[in-house]
Amino acid sequence: MGFLDIANVTKSYGAVEVLHKVDIDVAEGEFLVLVGPSGCGKSTLLNMIAGLEGITSGEIRIKDRVMNGVHPSRRNIAMVFQSYALYPNMTVGKNITFGLEMHGTPKAEREKAMQHVAQLLQIEHLLDRKPGQLSGGQRQRVAMGRALVRNPDVFLFDEPLSNLDAKLRVDMRTEIKKLHQRLGTTIVYVTHDQIEAMTLSTRIAVMFDGYVQQLGTPKEIYDSPANLFVATFMGSPAMNVLQARLVDRDGALYALITAADDQERALRIENAPPAYAAYKDAKVLLGIRPEAITDPEGADRNARNIQSLTNRVTVTEPAGADTFVTMTISGKDCIARMRADADVLPGRDFDFAINMDKAVLFDPKTDLRIA
Amino acid sequence: MAVASPDTAIRTSRITRVFIYLFLLLFALFYLLPFGIMLVNSLKPLSEITGGNMIALPQDWTIAPWLSAWSTAQIGVEPTGLRPYFVNSLVMAIPAVVLSTMVGALNGYVLTKWQFRGSTIIFGLLLFSCFIPFQIVLIPMARILGLLDIAGSTPGLILVHFVYGIGFTTLYFRNYYAAFPTELVRAAQIDGAGFFQIFWRIMLPSSGPIIAVSFIWQFTNIWNDFLFGASFASGGSAPMTVALNNLVNSSTGVREYNVHFAGAIMAAAPTLLVYIVAGRYFVRGLMAGSVKG
Repeated sequence: MGFLDIANVTKSYGAVEVLHKVDIDVAEGEFLVLVGPSGCGKSTLLNMIAGLEGITSGEIRIKDRVMNGVHPSRRNIAMVFQSYALYPNMTVGKNITFGLEMHGTPKAEREKAMQHVAQLLQIEHLLDRKPGQLSGGQRQRVAMGRALVRNPDVFLFDEPLSNLDAKLRVDMRTEIKKLHQRLGTTIVYVTHDQIEAMTLSTRIAVMFDGYVQQLGTPKEIYDSPANLFVATFMGSPAMNVLQARLVDRDGALYALITAADDQERALRIENAPPAYAAYKDAKVLLGIRPEAITDPEGADRNARNIQSLTNRVTVTEPAGADTFVTMTISGKDCIARMRADADVLPGRDFDFAINMDKAVLFDPKTDLRIA
Repeated sequence: MAVASPDTAIRTSRITRVFIYLFLLLFALFYLLPFGIMLVNSLKPLSEITGGNMIALPQDWTIAPWLSAWSTAQIGVEPTGLRPYFVNSLVMAIPAVVLSTMVGALNGYVLTKWQFRGSTIIFGLLLFSCFIPFQIVLIPMARILGLLDIAGSTPGLILVHFVYGIGFTTLYFRNYYAAFPTELVRAAQIDGAGFFQIFWRIMLPSSGPIIAVSFIWQFTNIWNDFLFGASFASGGSAPMTVALNNLVNSSTGVREYNVHFAGAIMAAAPTLLVYIVAGRYFVRGLMAGSVKG
């Protein structure tokens, strides 16, 4: 039994099912991020937790209380909206206390709670202003203040940072994380931004097409993606997915890939899971993250199995902190992420170092990870 | 500093400019002319008008026609002046305007933020009422007023104008609220506000411009209405427009044109005043939905 239970929840509009048997248990104090491309059903799920959308089948429980059909105001939740949804006709102070007023909290108590929250978010000097007079970041704070003041069981965030400019977004992301660490509240957070998902969450649910593709800690999601969708959606630049063939040479497993010169190269695989045996001499998809392909000097010193690959460099893109290097493998672009001062030149051959500890294999028919 | 100033703009020739202003002035005069003639003649003794001098300024300025039109002129059979009928019109128009605006706002709120199965059809049907000619409903309306026992009275007229206005006010408010962010309503729901609390505390305070539009539109239409007034209110409960007609068409005695002109200006004054005071809100409100959306 979790703190917030989403048990086999589905959502249909008429005959069309848009959410299929979603099953997530959220423990108290957890920061769950629902991430996925638009139309994947993540906002619908959040609205169902909030009570703004009905539940077609299954149950949502908060603190073991079944919430199906319970009015949003009686679920003891608070929500921060993408557009902030501040009441334009009320001052910041009124905005923050409106919920308490509706719940019949006495005025003196409301004032105290408001002061407390304003202090926490450093918006005391804004209390008498109208939302129209605030900047984007300030509105964001007020919206969070309005949620915090209710002291709810669960906080719901619906893409709260997507209306902010890039720099402010990073700042507010840190603020939200700090706030979570300090208050230890349970948060469900919807975003389409995989970096927000990775940085903020204690657990991530990657959603696509109405299904939860994978539920796990950021590290699990990043290092052991359940399928090709999760592998390519999480991480930027995306994971390289290369066509390869698995062969057994003298008892050791190798992934054969085709380099730019149309010659096959073999990458040895160590500590292969038993499931790999079934794919001997079969086509597989080899997934390697860009940061697992480096120059030999920049390779991870703790890696146990680094394979060398000589290949022609097509493009280099210096990005300040890193240099992205593109080469062609098995007819597709493959991106490597290197140190800024790695000595790489386009059009030349280069010895790439591939950290095969981090490589994963996918079944090309089912798109599932082989493990 | 390269600041844009009038002398860096492409020059319109002086002659063109003079021509444009003259042209505009001419049209302004043309539209003001009827009102000017009414005003001038309402301030003359009758002898000057019957002497054939309609256009000229009065030789003998007098406000006697105004006083007569207001309080002593013969309306139908009673020499009451227009005053009681002016009051009738106010007593009729204000409640009808307020009621239809409120119901329109409520309809617009429901039709955009609490949509239900068939709400679009209901909105379509409500729109129909904007296009139904007045004459068609005269007889059914008379029957209903009779059943309710408010035929020939001011409350009866209020009901007629209230019901007839709902179509237009609903249209205004629905379009205005369609551009109103639904997330605000959801936030208020989570905050624990109920249906009417959201309406009173969140929606209405942000509806200033469209309330002004609805108010001006309804007031002008109701104040200027003649057909319903003539059909459903008789004698002492007649509105201003009907009384004015009775003043002008009274068949006894001399036709006092100066008094008629004064009465006509009195009948037109409230709507003019509303336009002058709230006209800019009217334009702003009509634009609001289109710009935001």
